[in-house]
Amino acid sequence: MLSFFEKTFPHGVHPPTHKSKTQAKPVRRLPFAPELVLPLSQHFGKASTSLVHAGQEVVRGEPLAKADGFMSVPLHAPATGTVDRIELMRTARGPKTEAIVLKVHPGAAQEVLYDLPQEISKMTQEELVDAVQETGMVGLGGASFPTHVKMRVPEEHQVDTVLVNGCECEPYLTTDHRVMLEQPDDLLAGIRIAMRTVGAKKAVIGVEDNKLDAVKEIRAVLPQDDSISIQTVPTKYPQGAEKMLTKAILNREVPSGGFPSAIGVSVFNVATLAELGRLLPHSRGLIERVVTVTGPGVKKPGNYLVALGTPIRFVMEYAGFNGGAGQLILGGPMMGQTAASLDVPITKGIGGILVMTEEDASKRPHTVHPCIKCSSCVKACPIQLNPSYLGMLAHKREYTVMADKFNLFDCFECGSCSFVCPSGIPLVQYFRIAKAVLKN
Amino acid sequence: METVEVRTSPHVHGAPSVATIMRNVVYALLPICIFATYQFGLSAVALIIVTTLACIFTESFFNRISGTSDSLGDFSAVITGVLLALTLPPGFPLWMAAVAGFIAIALGKKLFGGLGFNVFNPALVGRAFVQAAFPVAITTWTPSLTAARFTEFIPSTLTFPFAVPAAVDQWNAQVAVDAFSGATPLALSKFENIPTDTFLLLFGTTAGSAGETSALLILLCGLYLIFRNMLDWRIPAAVLLGAFLTEEAFHLFDSARFPDPWFMLFSGGLMLGAMFMASDMVGSPVTPVGVWIFGLLIGFLTIIIRLFGGLNEGIMYAILLGNAASPLIDAATQPRVYGVTEAKIFGKKVD
Repeated sequence: MLSFFEKTFPHGVHPPTHKSKTQAKPVRRLPFAPELVLPLSQHFGKASTSLVHAGQEVVRGEPLAKADGFMSVPLHAPATGTVDRIELMRTARGPKTEAIVLKVHPGAAQEVLYDLPQEISKMTQEELVDAVQETGMVGLGGASFPTHVKMRVPEEHQVDTVLVNGCECEPYLTTDHRVMLEQPDDLLAGIRIAMRTVGAKKAVIGVEDNKLDAVKEIRAVLPQDDSISIQTVPTKYPQGAEKMLTKAILNREVPSGGFPSAIGVSVFNVATLAELGRLLPHSRGLIERVVTVTGPGVKKPGNYLVALGTPIRFVMEYAGFNGGAGQLILGGPMMGQTAASLDVPITKGIGGILVMTEEDASKRPHTVHPCIKCSSCVKACPIQLNPSYLGMLAHKREYTVMADKFNLFDCFECGSCSFVCPSGIPLVQYFRIAKAVLKN
Repeated sequence: METVEVRTSPHVHGAPSVATIMRNVVYALLPICIFATYQFGLSAVALIIVTTLACIFTESFFNRISGTSDSLGDFSAVITGVLLALTLPPGFPLWMAAVAGFIAIALGKKLFGGLGFNVFNPALVGRAFVQAAFPVAITTWTPSLTAARFTEFIPSTLTFPFAVPAAVDQWNAQVAVDAFSGATPLALSKFENIPTDTFLLLFGTTAGSAGETSALLILLCGLYLIFRNMLDWRIPAAVLLGAFLTEEAFHLFDSARFPDPWFMLFSGGLMLGAMFMASDMVGSPVTPVGVWIFGLLIGFLTIIIRLFGGLNEGIMYAILLGNAASPLIDAATQPRVYGVTEAKIFGKKVD
């Protein structure tokens, strides 16, 4: 009934948010790890091309790799040091990928030595998009999609609104919340850049109503002319999904298989734009990000500013384990990936380290019952799929039927269906397998 | 840290398990069982125990011969057994009740592949079987609240297996406080046009199946499950609404021939069927629109069978027909997927 009066999307779920552990903790900078591992592919698209060789000395902020074409971004040195080697290294994604390993100079300064102020207000739309690409910026919300690619709107589309995503609907994570509280001016600067690149006259910031302090902070710096406004939306998962936010705030639906620009919208994450607003005027590169380290298995939960390439082991030495860790999740509990090792680096897309204890892990269903057609998943799916039926088709390996007749590829794997399933059926996992099989 | 679990998202789970839901359904049925015992005494207790045990043994027998894992833990066999007992006449011979329990699980559930795969409500499959096999026993009614109900069985209860149950007419005449006609309120209304006070139907001191007499109690037990979010309120609401509207239409047309719709709502097995059997998750549609169609259809069919069929009660066949139609209803009522403009019916695009 609530949805009738408030701006939201139909369906969705309400997992416990668990944000109180870290939401009041200001962002703290972590020291440099002695060795940073920087995979050349930390983003969606083509891997960047290395510009350095083993033994080369680099300063903090200097480019290490350049973009390989438009669907790629450069990579910058997070700390002053020496390139030790370039080889295949373990990453959170799974397979080993080529990475630059940087030995950090003892006592390396936090000051960024490599920057050049630029007058962004005089740039053309085209120049601005190129400048954004040079920062190496990708979506910091987790998808790691190159930001400049979103900013180049296809010619046939006309964008009228920039939607700024400050929902942070994943439980536990508080990085976006802290960024909104601590960097409202940077955020506004970033929003203005985004509006110029896509040619939008209007921007709306969407924030879930469990972050009203952030709303207040941003409201204080909003311009008088109404070009940028802020809108609270009910706390509901997956409110922060691009498709759900356009539905909730603008009541527009991104066409199946299409981009938001087709309905005149460009969606950016608050952390992405705030960081962009900070970096672009100095033509700096993305070299660090805020990471929420939290969960029942963490001794000192908090929001840490971590240099890219810092091994998770190093971060955890600071935050500390609290008893036996049963599971290490990179990102949030609904869509994050588990890491098999502590020796993987923080990359551009990792916004959270969530440590669950063995006890938490054992609370999850470990036996799969047959589907009893309770329709919980049907009532949870934010895009009105029928996960129950899709699950049965997946069981029979009818993958093409799933895609052709039951819109499998509209599923963005938010996990709501698995979350509510009383039979403990790993529906999302079934759908991932189906998609992977069909794509091959 | 030595070992960490590696698995795919989501990493949290937020719903009661199947076993928890089913266990709560059993809890919700307990007050009805207690009331049946209060009303019909030893025979009702024996009936509930026999059908439940028959269901449990059948379930575990089929698990063993098919080599599937133990499925008794999900409590669904217990629900089937209890529900089945509640739909039978209190003096129903126990050996026939055991047959009904066996059929319910064997034909109604295990043959299809067990919980989740059954098309029809297993309890009703069992009841439909004994309705056809033992037409006399299943329409033999005894009065409620007899004086000796806690000390002696209804004579037909203890019929020797495969023997014809003893006639209870004489016994009925003996124990009944006032003249007992051997008919339920529905039968009285249908065949003799004798109305029963709605108040009596609500509190359930009339003759009838073991657990179907008190509409009010069933309503309260159903509400418990609805408030625990373990029962979709739309289904009972739609069944009752469908029955009410259909009956109201006939009643307006000819109020002398067709009884009051409130009488229809509170008599017979409608309330138990709507609350606990039509709402069985497995046999009902999953789409939001589908459950309304499903419920209205069952309500409508119940009244049509009651008014024009050979039987005076129609909820059982109405639910079984609804179960059969449920996949079709689902296919026809798939909601429009986000961002997809064309509608699809049966998975095919329509212009």
